[in-house]
Amino acid sequence: MSLATTPTTRPLAASSASAPRRLVPRRRARSIGTGILTAVLLIVVVGPLVWLVLGSLKSQSEFLDNAAFALPENWLNFENYTRAITEGNLGTYARNSVLAVIPSLFLTIALGVAAGFALEVMVWKGRGTVLLMFLAGIMIPGQMILLPLFTIYFRAGLTGSLWPLIITYTAIGLPLTVFMMATYFRSVPREVFEAATLDGASILRMFFVVAVPLVRNAIFTVALVQFFFIWNDLLIALTFVNSDELRTIQVGLLSFQGQFGQVEYGPTMAAICLNVFGTLLVYLFLNQRMMTGLTAGSVKG
Amino acid sequence: MTHVLGDRRAIFMLLAPALTVYSLIILVPVIWSFGYTLFEGNAIIGFDYVGLQNFQLLFTDAHVREALSFTVRFAIVLTIVQVLLGYGLALLYVFVLKKASNLVRTLAFFPVVLPTVAVGLLFQQLFESAPRTGPVNGLLNVFGIESVDWFGSSTTAFWVLILMESWRSMGFYAVLLYAGLVDIPDDLLEAARLDGASGLRLVRSVVLPLSLPVLLSAVIFSINGTLKIFDSVLALTNGGPGSTTTPLTLYMFQTSFSYGQYGYGSSIALLLTVLCLVVTLFIFRSARRDLTKA
Repeated sequence: MSLATTPTTRPLAASSASAPRRLVPRRRARSIGTGILTAVLLIVVVGPLVWLVLGSLKSQSEFLDNAAFALPENWLNFENYTRAITEGNLGTYARNSVLAVIPSLFLTIALGVAAGFALEVMVWKGRGTVLLMFLAGIMIPGQMILLPLFTIYFRAGLTGSLWPLIITYTAIGLPLTVFMMATYFRSVPREVFEAATLDGASILRMFFVVAVPLVRNAIFTVALVQFFFIWNDLLIALTFVNSDELRTIQVGLLSFQGQFGQVEYGPTMAAICLNVFGTLLVYLFLNQRMMTGLTAGSVKG
Repeated sequence: MTHVLGDRRAIFMLLAPALTVYSLIILVPVIWSFGYTLFEGNAIIGFDYVGLQNFQLLFTDAHVREALSFTVRFAIVLTIVQVLLGYGLALLYVFVLKKASNLVRTLAFFPVVLPTVAVGLLFQQLFESAPRTGPVNGLLNVFGIESVDWFGSSTTAFWVLILMESWRSMGFYAVLLYAGLVDIPDDLLEAARLDGASGLRLVRSVVLPLSLPVLLSAVIFSINGTLKIFDSVLALTNGGPGSTTTPLTLYMFQTSFSYGQYGYGSSIALLLTVLCLVVTLFIFRSARRDLTKA
């Protein structure tokens, strides 16, 4: 907890210069206040997750007999995990999620980056209107397109596969991807592209050799944001998947309690745990780049 | 040079795939869904034309009124809580923790990336009252307060939902607003400090006016998300007790897929879309006026 004791130093210097002695106790009080505030914040954020991990290691009798705060009696009790994965089908659900997320993520980024480039860098009449049309898609609720899509997929005989998910995720990801990529391309000085065309590069060549590498970090950020959107989606997966062996991890988790019955706490906690910390690992692994991207990026007002 | 950047074939090749997918999967279904509002039936049994009957039902249905009222109340309360918490955190990052805020920022962002379903189930257990006493009730018991059946009444269920969503999203709004706050020029703040402004006064007279635009986008972002709330409600309360925490999104889903009424479901979806549109435009316009005045 070195954070909690970090004093707030510099910017006060200007005002405290006139009366340094009087201000010292006040400054100490302030840094204690800061410490408490930060500690409370961390407890609120991390507390539930710690309780989740502890719970995933407890046996059913511990759940029913011991207090909710009790530590697990056996720290190496991984039975809940094996049961969640085998009996709970968590492995299958996770595989389905990966199979749906990876192709749609790739497609939405590939199509979105190209469209963002065409809408921002290229010069043509009507590009403003098309960009606005994509933007409108951000506001449309998923519920508005569910029923016609269901009819289409049902008629086309796609309902027994993961294709409805892949297609829908690709389309739903496009508005935000196009919009964010357009803003990132806007921040690249136009001279760069103009110079490349002067050197005789064709547009498509310039797109792949100059433009894409220039916004590589932005693409990475957008891909990460989209990954979490798609991975965490429930509405689309719940609508278009009707058989147990095609369920994504979120739909599977939702039906988990039903499968084990309300009383089986351990496997449910273990399944939540796997889902939560799997996602968290991806985030931690890629976090630094995502934060820089979000902060430097397009979402500013 | 503009000649090359205006190459029609290249524009077509870059734009056409995205535009085709977007049109076929989003735009066409939106219009199609408009059409459904005049019909009754579903994809499996077929459709019958019923004219404006669905809209008549929409305006007299007590469930719609209940869902609409829940959706609006929920969106307003959650938007205020989310943005205020986020702003508070952002101020904490920028003015108190400063360089040390990196770790806190990362940790507070944790809940943002977590799957909603998992968080919903987790909170269900945190607030459990029977058959087992969950940690929240356990804590209340320590202080001699009776256990509360959090999901047994609509009021407590509403606030648990708000609490969970705030927990999930405050880190996101904090980063969003942080991005706006770090952009405020240092010399401006220094000048205000030299003029004797400090603490709350500095925030109110200097920081707040300067961060209004980014606050506005946070509010629009938030209200658009909260009006469409679905996953969290489904995972945490499933609309209950009764149908008292059922938002329009969930009611539309139940009508369409539990009862197979696509026409009526589409009408509810249309109501939701119009609501999102009207609210966004309203906030945008009223904020514009304020900004030009200030």
